[in-house]
Amino acid sequence: MTLLDLVIFLPLAAFLLILFLPKEHVDGIRRFSLVASIAIFVASLGLIGPYWFGNPGKFVFETDLPWINSPAIRYHVAIDGISLWLLLLTTLLTPLCVLVSWRSVQKRVKEFFAFLLLLEFGLIGVFCAFDLFLFFVFWEVSLVPMYFLIGVWGHERRIYAAVKFFVYTMAGSMLMLVGIIYIYNQAGTFDYAKIMAGLQNGSIASSYQEQLFLFLAFFIAFAIKVPIFPLHTWLPDAHVEAPTAGSVMLASVMLKMGTYGLLRFCVPMFPVAARNCSGWIVTLAIIGIIYGALVAMVQPNMKKLVAYSSVSHLGFVVLGIFSFTQQGFDGAVYQMLNHGVSTGALFIMVGFLYERRHSLEIDAYGGVATPAPRLATVFMITMLASIGLPMLNNFVGEFLVLQGTALVNFRWAIFAAIGVILSACYMLWLYQRVFFGKASGEVSGLRDLDLREYAISVPLIILMVWMGTFTQSFIPSISTSTAVILGPVDAKRDVHVRNATHGALRAQQQQGVLPAKESVDAR
Amino acid sequence: MPASFTPTAIDYLRFLPEILMIVAGTLIMVMQPLLGDNKRTAFSSVTLVGFIAALVAAVAANDYPGLSFSNMLIVDGFATFFRVLVIGVGIFTVLSSSEYLRREHAASAEYYALLLFSVAGQCVMATANELIMIFIGLEISSIATYILAGYLRDDKRNNEAALKYFLLGSFATAFLLYGIAWIYGTTGSTNLADIRSFLMTGGGARNLTLAGTAAALMFVGFAFKVSAAPFQIWAPDVYQGAPAPVTLFMSAGPKAAAFAVFMRVFIVAFGPITNRWEPFVWSSALLTMVIGNFAALAQTNIKRLLAYSSIAHAGYVMVAIAAHNQVGVAAAMFYLAAYAFMNIGAFAVITHFSRQGEKYVNVDDLAGLGWKQPATAALFSIFLLSLIGVPLTGGFFGKFYIFKAALDANLVWLSILGLLNSAVAAYYYLRIIVVMYMHEPGVSTLTLEPLSPGIRTTLWAAALGTLILGIFPSLLLNFATNSSALVK
Repeated sequence: MTLLDLVIFLPLAAFLLILFLPKEHVDGIRRFSLVASIAIFVASLGLIGPYWFGNPGKFVFETDLPWINSPAIRYHVAIDGISLWLLLLTTLLTPLCVLVSWRSVQKRVKEFFAFLLLLEFGLIGVFCAFDLFLFFVFWEVSLVPMYFLIGVWGHERRIYAAVKFFVYTMAGSMLMLVGIIYIYNQAGTFDYAKIMAGLQNGSIASSYQEQLFLFLAFFIAFAIKVPIFPLHTWLPDAHVEAPTAGSVMLASVMLKMGTYGLLRFCVPMFPVAARNCSGWIVTLAIIGIIYGALVAMVQPNMKKLVAYSSVSHLGFVVLGIFSFTQQGFDGAVYQMLNHGVSTGALFIMVGFLYERRHSLEIDAYGGVATPAPRLATVFMITMLASIGLPMLNNFVGEFLVLQGTALVNFRWAIFAAIGVILSACYMLWLYQRVFFGKASGEVSGLRDLDLREYAISVPLIILMVWMGTFTQSFIPSISTSTAVILGPVDAKRDVHVRNATHGALRAQQQQGVLPAKESVDAR
Repeated sequence: MPASFTPTAIDYLRFLPEILMIVAGTLIMVMQPLLGDNKRTAFSSVTLVGFIAALVAAVAANDYPGLSFSNMLIVDGFATFFRVLVIGVGIFTVLSSSEYLRREHAASAEYYALLLFSVAGQCVMATANELIMIFIGLEISSIATYILAGYLRDDKRNNEAALKYFLLGSFATAFLLYGIAWIYGTTGSTNLADIRSFLMTGGGARNLTLAGTAAALMFVGFAFKVSAAPFQIWAPDVYQGAPAPVTLFMSAGPKAAAFAVFMRVFIVAFGPITNRWEPFVWSSALLTMVIGNFAALAQTNIKRLLAYSSIAHAGYVMVAIAAHNQVGVAAAMFYLAAYAFMNIGAFAVITHFSRQGEKYVNVDDLAGLGWKQPATAALFSIFLLSLIGVPLTGGFFGKFYIFKAALDANLVWLSILGLLNSAVAAYYYLRIIVVMYMHEPGVSTLTLEPLSPGIRTTLWAAALGTLILGIFPSLLLNFATNSSALVK
């Protein structure tokens, strides 16, 4: 029993305990959820240990136990530098979501918090499962609580959104299941490491045709989850209709399941197919970046605006992955975390506004900065982070992605950069319409942040600054793990790219944006 | 034929479950005129005791595997599995019926007697080793079920259900019998192993063609019984019209037994001519899944919806048969057990919810159940999630194992289409959950009374079974795998 097992099963234990609490004691339930989720977060902080103070191997906190004998399914969990941060993102956001829902969820409180903890269980599991079957189980398990969170506690069109979300994801996962079973039938195991070895020595899926089909089976499942244009249509509905906590978990963590899957399974398992498909996938990612930004610009609804901005931001992550460069990979992972923090924060702020004014329409606001200056400040920092202002977190991620992309194909980088410009447009315009101008009518009486809301926003703001300035805390551990995945798909194998890389990388290291680790790869 | 017609003691031991159930059924028929109709508890207790004794006998008989009664019956792991399964279904049916019969003021003695006979017939099917015994078992089971489908004889829907079931069922049975006649004419035997060895040694192209035709005729009969397309037309009307606990019974017990004989006949006797029957089982499997799932999308009556869902699930089991390998047989066995649990659970909720005269059987009537009776709704949700195939439930693992078998047999497209079908299925099951949790309670929900003890037991046991099969499938899967070698 390692610390990781504890972190995985604590949410499940808390979920079961909540079921036995009397439903009348809503305050007790809220407090219990808060304490439990904070305890889980504190426990999960221990997982950083080997990365900051020790010398981690490829994987740490590994547990490998048999679960089902035949077919050979194992409870095999571990973390590496990628899983670690996504896991921490999950455990950090859960207590914040509990706080966010403290007042805004008034009906069926017990069930709400129970589902939130069950969701945490599924999400944590997804990021540390190293058995394909176990991964699939967690993947699907996280679907059910989110479905209920949207469907029961959402806004007007919640049922439509919840069912659409479920069926869409389910269709993708079924294709992935075919892929998983197909691999099992050839490999006789679901174990990640053994399957990787089998794929590399050609004992599994020896023909390119098979690899391509398997790649697509996994890719479509993950692409729906990310979501990659044109499979994104479930996302605006789900985000807009979900309660604040649901939107936060959905945007910050659940979407990362897709990009994590691409990085952990799709690319390293089928490197040749991934390389060959990268052309059209990158095209879709760039379309997503620009399309998402353009659609976000014209939204009259704040949540929808943030939702479409997610489509745009996630396009960067996909672009980074399919650039097949060290910088692209690091940037993609970093951008996953950044998006989790800053978009999560944006949804939380929009939730604050909704709690005060009970409207998501931008037109219903204007001049909020006058009655609520502190809220305006917090919102501004978050918004600037989301745009990609230097010293704040998104800048680092976007920079690395664009740099990695530019190494491979400069035109891609130009198109993607347009997305960054557009994001400044829609965000600043949103801020202007909501916070500036003369406060009139109901808006003039809006209250400012209270203690609970500070407790939610301040940690996120600190994290945005931290991630924007002290990248050394995060990037080395990420690079070690992404380098392993990059090995067989590295774009540097192409000679002309290698030459281009050399100068650019050196310039990077001098600026201190990239860790020294890169110099080894750059040769 | 061996000359000895005197059964030995061990023959009786192997046949004991059927004997016990027939005795219990007959006993109830005798008790009724003596005690009168009001001694409901007495009748249900005798039935339960009969079933439990039969269950024990079936398990005990597994220690004495082998052929009995001049090779007419066979006791092996496969037979034991299905015997235990159908007797288990019988026990759950008794538990969910007593409240229903009281509510509808229906006589209970005949009901329980018919139930015992029907299950006894299914046990004969599970152990049958030759075609005549299969036919006899099928008829014992079917005739009792025809009557049960129309048990409330003053109810129009019951009459319609029974009549449709009986007429179409007899028609299908005639095909089966005709197929048996062809086989006897071709091979000179009704014993499955003999038919197999005859077809193995060839017998010329003409004989193989005749056997293929016989297989097609028998396929019609079996496909009807398991409600596989294109012979599924009866199922929605009958499931909707029959009393709710009878639908519970029909969708689990007779179906499992019919699949048992289906597999035994096609894999043992027709094993040598697999290439002739695989294509039509393949297409029937696909058609069954598609018809079941897409028709269910449009249903508003929950019994009818679950009827189409049960057609779709028959399609999944057909996929396992189309794979015709040992993994496929084990997968089908596991799936039928998991399906029995989740379907019994779902129909038990409906039995409880429908009230007198089955007034509330629309999906919309369930509005707000999640907040009026949280436990009932939570258990129902477990069954529905299992029917969708969400991990950690038996339904998921069963489906996983079936499609694993299919991919083993290189049925890649059938697997992809089948699994995409289950994404479609998610939609109509979710609709029930939506109504239960996301709509405000109406009259139908507010007037709901607490669960009766029998239904409560059924629900919790079925939910426990569903979850155990999902989390620790090895418990059952090992047994299924060990007994899936039908050809010895």
